Amino acid sequence: MTDISQTQPTATHDWTSATARRRVRRRYAADRRLQLYGIAAIGTAVALLGVMFTTLIYAGYAAFTTTKVELGVFLDPEKIDKDNIRSANFRKIVRDAFLSHFPDVQGRTDKRNLSKILSSGAVYIVRDYVVRNPDKIGELVTISVPVSDPFDQLYKRIIPREIQALSSDRILLYRQLEHRDVLSVQRGVGVVKTTLFVDPAQVPKEGGVEAADYQRMINEAFRSFFLSEPSLSYREILSPSAAEALKNKVVANPELVGKTIEVNLPLSANYDNLLQKGEAKIRNPRFRSDKEFAWFDSLIQRGLISTPFTWELFFNADSRFPELAGLAGALSGSFLALLVCFLLSFPIGIATATYLEEFAPKNRITDFIEVNINNLAAVPSVVFGLLGLALFLNTFGMPRSAPLVGGMVLALMTLPTIIVATRAALKSVPPSIREAALGVGASKHQVMLHHVLPLAMPGILTGTIIGLAQALGETAPLLLIGMNAFIPSVENIGLTQPAMALPTQIFSWADSPERGFVSRTSAAIIVLLGFLVLMNLLAVYLRRRFEKKW
Amino acid sequence: MNNQFIAIVAAAAAAGSFAVTTAASAREIKIVGSSTVFPYTQAVAEEFARAGGKAPTVESTGTGGGMKIFCSGIGEAHPDITGASRAMKPSEKKLCDKNGVTDVTEVLLGYDGLSVANSRKGKKFSVTKPQMYQALAAKVPVDGKLVDNPYKKWSDIDKSLPDQVITAYGPPPTSGTRDAFVELVFHHVCKRGKLPFWADAAKKAGDKNAFKKMFKADCTAMRTDGPFIEAGENDNLIVQRLNADPKAVGIFGYSFLFENQDKLQALQIGGVEPSMETIASGKYGISRPLFIYIKNAHRKVIDGMPAFIEEYVSDTAMGDAGYLSERGLVVLPAEDLKAVQEAALKAKRLVTN
Repeated sequence: MTDISQTQPTATHDWTSATARRRVRRRYAADRRLQLYGIAAIGTAVALLGVMFTTLIYAGYAAFTTTKVELGVFLDPEKIDKDNIRSANFRKIVRDAFLSHFPDVQGRTDKRNLSKILSSGAVYIVRDYVVRNPDKIGELVTISVPVSDPFDQLYKRIIPREIQALSSDRILLYRQLEHRDVLSVQRGVGVVKTTLFVDPAQVPKEGGVEAADYQRMINEAFRSFFLSEPSLSYREILSPSAAEALKNKVVANPELVGKTIEVNLPLSANYDNLLQKGEAKIRNPRFRSDKEFAWFDSLIQRGLISTPFTWELFFNADSRFPELAGLAGALSGSFLALLVCFLLSFPIGIATATYLEEFAPKNRITDFIEVNINNLAAVPSVVFGLLGLALFLNTFGMPRSAPLVGGMVLALMTLPTIIVATRAALKSVPPSIREAALGVGASKHQVMLHHVLPLAMPGILTGTIIGLAQALGETAPLLLIGMNAFIPSVENIGLTQPAMALPTQIFSWADSPERGFVSRTSAAIIVLLGFLVLMNLLAVYLRRRFEKKW
Repeated sequence: MNNQFIAIVAAAAAAGSFAVTTAASAREIKIVGSSTVFPYTQAVAEEFARAGGKAPTVESTGTGGGMKIFCSGIGEAHPDITGASRAMKPSEKKLCDKNGVTDVTEVLLGYDGLSVANSRKGKKFSVTKPQMYQALAAKVPVDGKLVDNPYKKWSDIDKSLPDQVITAYGPPPTSGTRDAFVELVFHHVCKRGKLPFWADAAKKAGDKNAFKKMFKADCTAMRTDGPFIEAGENDNLIVQRLNADPKAVGIFGYSFLFENQDKLQALQIGGVEPSMETIASGKYGISRPLFIYIKNAHRKVIDGMPAFIEEYVSDTAMGDAGYLSERGLVVLPAEDLKAVQEAALKAKRLVTN
């Protein structure tokens, strides 16, 4: 602006005119709008991220505590052989110990249902405790064991004790009755005033009013009540004793036959509750009887229930019981796969990048290779999985589900990222360093290994860690090579031993029917995100710590 | 960060790749197959590992995928057992025979119910199999002709059904659950002539094979014009969607309904509510058999395999109050179980024609 006014001292443009000022205002407004768009975009991203984290934490926090019960077990030396602890019948020992908390419970079914409050893993927890502490045999010990999943979820209030007994359309029927003002409470029983034709056609000649089909009469009356519900049976609304009530009335007054009468018929239990208490609830059908709640409540009252932190989430192997399932197998599998991935992709990536950047002549072949590397970085990961399946498993006959193969597949995926990052890091080392080293007589490999690579290392490491972080979250290629197998033990850990990885574990838990796995899945995602954040922080740290400024 | 460092990294990488060749030879039991059988095999594997056996690897690959891997050969690289939510097809047996897997034992585990359910916030109703077929098949008979499914609302099919747009979430074609639904509902309706059109068609076709061909062609496809929505293999996803949309129904395994009874209610099929009892007695119409197939050549070679099979067919697992029933398997009657146990333990050879 100033240039223009200087070269044209006799300004023909009036900066103070209304049009000019309007134009300036418009330009400022455009500036502000641009800023606003940016802020809005960032705001949306942050809000979405916030929603994701909130839902994750909301769904997953419950899995970080486990509902446990303090179980007093007498380790009877007569039942547990000191020299052969594993052979003892721990199932019976644990069951008897738990049942002894409830001396009043008798009967096989009740006992069986009662013992289902305890997680079925309790047996093994007690057994492993005794194996670890053989000197405790003969003592009464208190061991904290998890309760089974439904009760865990119940205690955490994730599943309710009671649910609405009537679905919304049935409540709508009730509202219709209410609207017609035919409902009332008589002698403590909710009744519906029904206008009904005592049809002589339903009264048989033999038997008379005693044998008449009162059910049909009531049904007819209700059908005309609810014309929109042709299939409705009065049994939905009325108590089973309604027909009996009508019968009694007609038998007492046989002259009613052939007349239209008004009669109060009793409501069924659910509708009665709706009328008298305002709501109709039934026990959550997931639980077999109200006794189960009573037993569980008595455990709570006695202070035997606690919710400690779930260390099992990190140290247990996978299990079909959500209260026992842990990530140990997945964590070790992911670690081993990433190790293999790092050991393969890091040296190969650096060697490739160094050659292409420092030594290779610029010709068609190197151009072709370069384009291909950049393209590889954009190939969907599932393609690498298919390659791994076809090449490593089917052609080379390597073991399925092994972290070694997983790591190799992930290395294929990570390589382009590392190569690109390394080349960028090498490029950012100033030529003066190379020239100075060459100038004092260093050979080409000395220049590279002694000067350029160490200086580029922070950038290379950052790229590598980000590549590995990507690999950590990758699911599709691992599914294809079978790293989603269920492995209920972490005793055999090794490169060629079958293993799970964190993302495939999440995938598998997300597909399990048990309710506890819903929060377990979110908890596993939180753990995975935690590792990703840690790795990214490490990358940031390395960059800050070792970066040199020229 | 100098040449030494790089040398160490390279050496470590080489060491890593060496581990392949020195893999242990006595490997654990490997099991693949149906995602429906997966939870049961999972339970047995866990129990087996807890009792001190070497933990088997259980992978859910789907019935067809499992058969393909299972039948690919004999030897350490190939799995020992596969789960299936239907019996082995003759084509699969042929593949097995071709690859030397000639000695296979079939074990019937029990039954699994398929449930059709909606949210508790929605209307509870009862459908029959023919109504289900009319609601969800791609082609249905109208006025004696097979036409593209015209029904938009449940009440279009029958006045007794709710005045509600048909929306059903179900599994994709790759799923065994979908195959089972088509077979147990669609094929049942068409084959047995539950609708007049199909009864006539059976009479007209005369020849059994011709009729079979006809209903396989015209009575298998799910409609693709909107009311049926493929919701992926993840049944939990269907449960969530049903919660969000009380007017929709979902098709999934009974175990998911069992676990989510506080949110979902089952549609009665022909007036029968699904439950362990009705599925076991066969009163509930949509249930299917589950199998595992054992590669007998591996029995003596793979460590712990006989013990694992023993655990699988034991009364504590497959019995009346066994732990598989707790997971939702509808177990076999006692006398059938005896026969199955004997066949499994004695490695009875599967013969198909």
